[in-house]
Amino acid sequence: MGVEEKGKVPLLPSGVPVGSKPHATDSTLFAQGRPKPLSLDESVAFIKNWFRAQSLNVMAYGTGCGSIELGPLGTSRFDMERFGITGGPTPRQSSVLIISGYLSVKTLKRVIRSYEQMPNPRWVVALGSCTINGGMYWDSYSTIKILDQYLPVDVYVNGCMPRPEALIAGFKDLMDMIKRGEANGYIEYQNNLDWYRANQRKVIKDWNLPEYSW
Amino acid sequence: MELLLQILWSSIGVLIAVAYGLLTGGIVRKLFARIQGRVGPPVYQGFIDLGKNFFVRDNISHGPMFYFGPALRTAGGVGIFLFIPAIVGWAPGENFSFAGDLLLVMYFMFFGSLGMALGGSAGGHPHTPIGAGRGLSQMTAFEVPFILAVIALVADTGSFSVHDLTLAQAGGFLEWNLLTHPFAAAAAFIAMLGMNGYAPFNVVGAPNEIPVGPMTEYQGGFIATLGTGRAIFAIAKMILFMDLFLGGATSILEAFIKVFVIYMWSVAVAAVFPRYRVDQSMRFFLGWPALIGVVAVLLALF
Ligand code: SF4
Repeated sequence: MGVEEKGKVPLLPSGVPVGSKPHATDSTLFAQGRPKPLSLDESVAFIKNWFRAQSLNVMAYGTGCGSIELGPLGTSRFDMERFGITGGPTPRQSSVLIISGYLSVKTLKRVIRSYEQMPNPRWVVALGSCTINGGMYWDSYSTIKILDQYLPVDVYVNGCMPRPEALIAGFKDLMDMIKRGEANGYIEYQNNLDWYRANQRKVIKDWNLPEYSW
Repeated sequence: MELLLQILWSSIGVLIAVAYGLLTGGIVRKLFARIQGRVGPPVYQGFIDLGKNFFVRDNISHGPMFYFGPALRTAGGVGIFLFIPAIVGWAPGENFSFAGDLLLVMYFMFFGSLGMALGGSAGGHPHTPIGAGRGLSQMTAFEVPFILAVIALVADTGSFSVHDLTLAQAGGFLEWNLLTHPFAAAAAFIAMLGMNGYAPFNVVGAPNEIPVGPMTEYQGGFIATLGTGRAIFAIAKMILFMDLFLGGATSILEAFIKVFVIYMWSVAVAAVFPRYRVDQSMRFFLGWPALIGVVAVLLALF
């Protein structure tokens, strides 16, 4: 009477046993639900885009060997801050995600989470040939080959590895595209979320991400 | 009617202070860049960042407290600005100065950081409580020399009103508290280094340690509000120092110049010093600056 049955683990409100690893289906820990598809027409889009283009905030996250090229961008030799580009370690305040080279399947999971946590509008810059067609890791068992199938890429910077100047040129292209209202990868992503999800789940075997990583 | 007019003038004053704060922030970024041999962002970058942050969608919330944080922070800055005279002897610039405003203003200085601690913690990111805890502990440390300096001035002048303290320095720069109360001024200006949060006292959002600190979960409109709050907070603090130590200002131009010069003091220090750890920073403020403050109080009393 009043004694817990032996071997029975108490459950959280969501039906998950206490003490087990948090799982994506645990609605007390993860927000469920998907974003609504975005529409293109925005009022005064021209002004908004001008502001957005002049103040890019790069997510400080490096994946492949290309991330070694990101450091010099802040130094006095290349100085990306003169274009209003700053770096930040939190996805909540970032607007640009640079995939700097090969992306292993294990990292892809983290990248998806980071990307989905960034507020709209957000852009992806793919750096190096590894992101375009696999590069020299074209036959690797653990990296993805064509990044565009997993995340919507706005600007590609090719080379192996591209110099910081090339990356700055890529940023300039991105800024021009934003001003013209053409950098709409994030809208693609939300409108075709099912397609991207299917591709992501195909390579990530131990899929335990929530419906959408808010 | 007079009150309504004053509200109108003060609102315009708040707008000017925000704009000037953003501009000063841009100039400081440019200065740091030039010191490091870079070109640096344009001086109006602060305005662009503000605009961009307003045009970012806020896609998360962490409950009501999350919204209060930036609001309280901004309210702290606006509060300081509204209760001290920006321009002495000119009705529109006097704001809502009254007999005990100095006490109220010192309370408002705590206000913003407390708001940040409450609001940021609602976000649940581990960097938030660390940053807020660091900020509050450093604040308790630098308040000691600052309050000792203020006590010295108040004991000498016999008034808790910023307006009276400013008027007591009328009549040329030789009457400024900066020269007549050198110990109080020294203690207060060292405390200001901590208040402004530039290196060596940038322990709250310490880069490479807990980058972004309490603001980690904030985004878009929240960041824009925080940026506005920071801009006006910086300017309001400088106005307080101008009123207390540099004889206040009698014209807008004078106020602009003096505020800028005082601001450059902490920038000059920040440009050459690396960051303290939080315990070092606290020990620093409770050491020599506090002692200088005690000397100032003793000199004022005897
Ligand atoms: S493109 Fe070349 S440099 Fe870049 S990640 Fe691939 S192999 Fe490395």
